[in-house]
Amino acid sequence: MIGKVAITGLGYTEFSAGSPGTSFRELTYEAAAKAYNEVGIEPKDIDTFVCTSEDFCEGYSISDEYCNDQLGAVLKPVQTIPGDAIHSLAVGTMLVLTGQFDIVAVQALSKLSNMKTIPNMVNFAFDPILNRPLDEHYSYVSGLAMNRFLHDGKATREQCARVVVKNRANALQNPVAAYAADLTLDNVLDSEPVSEPVRLLDLAQVADGAIVFVICSEQTARSLTDNPIWVKGVGWSTDSPSLESRDWGNAVSTRLAGDMAYKMAGIKYPAREIDLAEVTDEVSFKELEYIEALRLFEPGRAGLALEDGRTTRGGDLPVNVSGGDLGVGHLFEAAGAQKLMEIVLQLRGTAGSRQIANAHTGLAQAWRGEPTTSAAVAILSNK
Amino acid sequence: MELGKFKLGGTQLKQSDIDRGKVLTLAQTPDLEYAWDDGVAIGRYLEELKNGKIIARKCNKCGRIMIPPRMFCELCWRATDEWVYCKDTGTVNTYSLCHVNWDASRIPEGEPLHLPALIHIDGASPGMGILHVLGEVDPDRIKIGMKVKAVWKKPGEREGSITDIMHFKPLRAARKKSKKKKSGGR
Amino acid sequence: MSQKVAIVGAGITKFVRRAQETGKELAWQASKMALDSCGLSLKDIDSVSLGTAPDAFDGVHMKGEYLSDGSGGWRKPYMRQFVGGGTGVFAPIHGWMHVASGMFDTCLVVCSEKMSTCYPHPQGAFLTIFDHTTEQALDPTLIWIFALEYNRYMETYGLTKRDIAPVSVKNKKNAMDHPSAQLPMDITVDDVLNSELLAWPVNRLDISPASDGAAAIVLAGEHAAKRITDKPVWIDGVGWNLDTAYWATRDLSYPRYVEKAARMAYDMAGIKEPRREIEIAEPYDPFTYKELHHMEGLLLADRGEAPQLLADGVTQRDGDRPMCPSGGALGVGNPISATGLMKVIEIFLQLRGEAEKRQVPGNPTCGLAQAWGDLMQVGTVVVMRR
Repeated sequence: MIGKVAITGLGYTEFSAGSPGTSFRELTYEAAAKAYNEVGIEPKDIDTFVCTSEDFCEGYSISDEYCNDQLGAVLKPVQTIPGDAIHSLAVGTMLVLTGQFDIVAVQALSKLSNMKTIPNMVNFAFDPILNRPLDEHYSYVSGLAMNRFLHDGKATREQCARVVVKNRANALQNPVAAYAADLTLDNVLDSEPVSEPVRLLDLAQVADGAIVFVICSEQTARSLTDNPIWVKGVGWSTDSPSLESRDWGNAVSTRLAGDMAYKMAGIKYPAREIDLAEVTDEVSFKELEYIEALRLFEPGRAGLALEDGRTTRGGDLPVNVSGGDLGVGHLFEAAGAQKLMEIVLQLRGTAGSRQIANAHTGLAQAWRGEPTTSAAVAILSNK
Repeated sequence: MELGKFKLGGTQLKQSDIDRGKVLTLAQTPDLEYAWDDGVAIGRYLEELKNGKIIARKCNKCGRIMIPPRMFCELCWRATDEWVYCKDTGTVNTYSLCHVNWDASRIPEGEPLHLPALIHIDGASPGMGILHVLGEVDPDRIKIGMKVKAVWKKPGEREGSITDIMHFKPLRAARKKSKKKKSGGR
Repeated sequence: MSQKVAIVGAGITKFVRRAQETGKELAWQASKMALDSCGLSLKDIDSVSLGTAPDAFDGVHMKGEYLSDGSGGWRKPYMRQFVGGGTGVFAPIHGWMHVASGMFDTCLVVCSEKMSTCYPHPQGAFLTIFDHTTEQALDPTLIWIFALEYNRYMETYGLTKRDIAPVSVKNKKNAMDHPSAQLPMDITVDDVLNSELLAWPVNRLDISPASDGAAAIVLAGEHAAKRITDKPVWIDGVGWNLDTAYWATRDLSYPRYVEKAARMAYDMAGIKEPRREIEIAEPYDPFTYKELHHMEGLLLADRGEAPQLLADGVTQRDGDRPMCPSGGALGVGNPISATGLMKVIEIFLQLRGEAEKRQVPGNPTCGLAQAWGDLMQVGTVVVMRR
């Protein structure tokens, strides 16, 4: 499928701890208007729309009802994916590949600042009979996973903390990031324990924001823009939803999703062929776990690569240059959209002060958060 | 394949299966709280409701005066242009006489029915309706096309909510009342 | 498109008011039956698509994740789609997209719904479908919007409840021949009119029940399909459409979003004269009037004329244009997403001549299934041919 589907338009709002004064509709409208304007199209030119939304996040029990007006998608073919935004990109890609649709808009939104009992909502995603009655803060699952990860010798506690320092510092160069900070390792290691070994600063904090992409078939992409970013591969997978029977310490779904995307993109040696990656760092150690699952580093070497500076902005395989979930903010279903957005900006060469030199192929990965095992991957390229 | 050739899954339980403990259940109530940002358009809408007024937003391209107001016209896909006050009267587009509560339990005999209606607001474009409830009316005399008027809470009791309008009541009765008031004033 | 897509297998559970099985278990039962029906196992499946309606029914946030193992999604490209009540007929569309893109040869499409978990009544799940600021404060119930639409439909075309009630009589009777049916009944129009009044003009027998149940189909690309079965049923046209969420600003007498979805599907399937070419249909019938409303939106009847076709027997199983030969949501039951897929399965079986006592005469070659949902704003349509 090389070169057949491209991201042409991108619109986004700033990401912030709250967005008072702006409704969820107004937030999406801002992002959509920017995306459409970038390529000079109007909603009437768009053949179909893919929205990303999960019930309860915005306080609706049929969340897809409210996704279309602000996209200009009234009386249009609109569907909603209760998954990550990278799943939605995969849907948009499939729609273009059917040959029946030429221009697709893909939307993702976080308005989670309005959700006042997030731990309760996430607990509501746990198995109702087996897990939920334990009534624990959902971070205990991250604690279990991180402990297993450290026990297996995949990385050290300090290396995990170093992810936080790196990513929040990266966010200092990202004008739309919500949680940029100049931290020390000790700041992270000495922060309040949440569910040990997870400490407060290991966890990403909630942010609001909206992102809209326009994706097109090859011919249309070339007519709309001089700098199309090609969707070379997409992949998605899931492992057991049960806490009791999943493969702890091995990010199986990310590995499978990555392998699917690599195969589609014709990538044989990911570590050599991928120039930069944006992966989930909703909990610090996840970044190390995922870049290893994605075969970007040898097993057990991700932490060392970090220490050696290889994943920093100036390294040979920068990871989470945007600031990641830790620096930009935790966007729930929109998390993958922010990662795609960073890859698009970098491959276009418009990432400002955090621009990476000679970036041609980038990878975006997102995990759906506790307590799930679902992940999705996309490989983008400017060639 | 014929469905009749398969043994289909799905085992019907009876209430007695649960009452007698033949199957076990676990009761949980989710505790989900929200504080929604109303935004620019609905924010002003609620503010004006507190003032006892209904405000709409106009799109100068399609000319629609829209209620509830929005900062963008979803059809023309552009920012809307101006605020327009509507009247607090309107026309019943459709209605229902509802005998059940949200949990499907019946409203007890003798208690008032719920009277939801779609009301097209005077001063907004044709077809622009809002969901509300009717009151001070004999349910059997409600008709589609009936003119109605908002019955507001007292100014000090309004809190910037759609419920600052308690209900809509038939306009004819309202007219009589206001005439009396006027004549009394003279 | 990259490749044609066929339905090659199907599975379904009984639809019941309250199932002993969990949502996962129902999904597994339907999925296993679908695979068995075409002699496949899970290892033959390249991708899995799940359809399930609000999380509030099952009482599980991110319900798609929770249902993933029951649906055969373990370690596969597995994704959930959601278009409210239209989800069940969007399911084959979402699966079609997987295969028609050329990315997958097979897709297992599963719909599962466990409404009974929502207590005291699944209606509670609908409290929060209304606009949180401008509507929820009025304590609206789900039946309100249907009563409002039903009333508007009658007013616009000068219809009475007696014109519409026969839909319930027909569908509940049809359901007597469906092995999954929850509410098969032999009743009269007067039974419908005299049943408990819920929200005028809606009576108890105008409404489909709350149900638990699941359904599944197996989709395959052209070559794989021919290898798997000698009776593939092709998905020739798909359409879906979403109208504005500002539902109070719409003309409730006509579902223009269904028309848009139908025209999209007809165009793709090359159908120029739907009334001649669509021989059999399963329009969504969660309420009596909806079957008629949808027939009009599907361009299978003129506006306001569907009740006359009903009165003339045209929509009976042995009529010229059978509607809901399965028994529909009114008769078979309404586990939202599974209902839509049940309708797709009915057309699949009818076109294969395998609908047993429900079989319509005349060896139909082309049919459609349709669903609807959200705030009365989404239409989903699939056109199938053998």
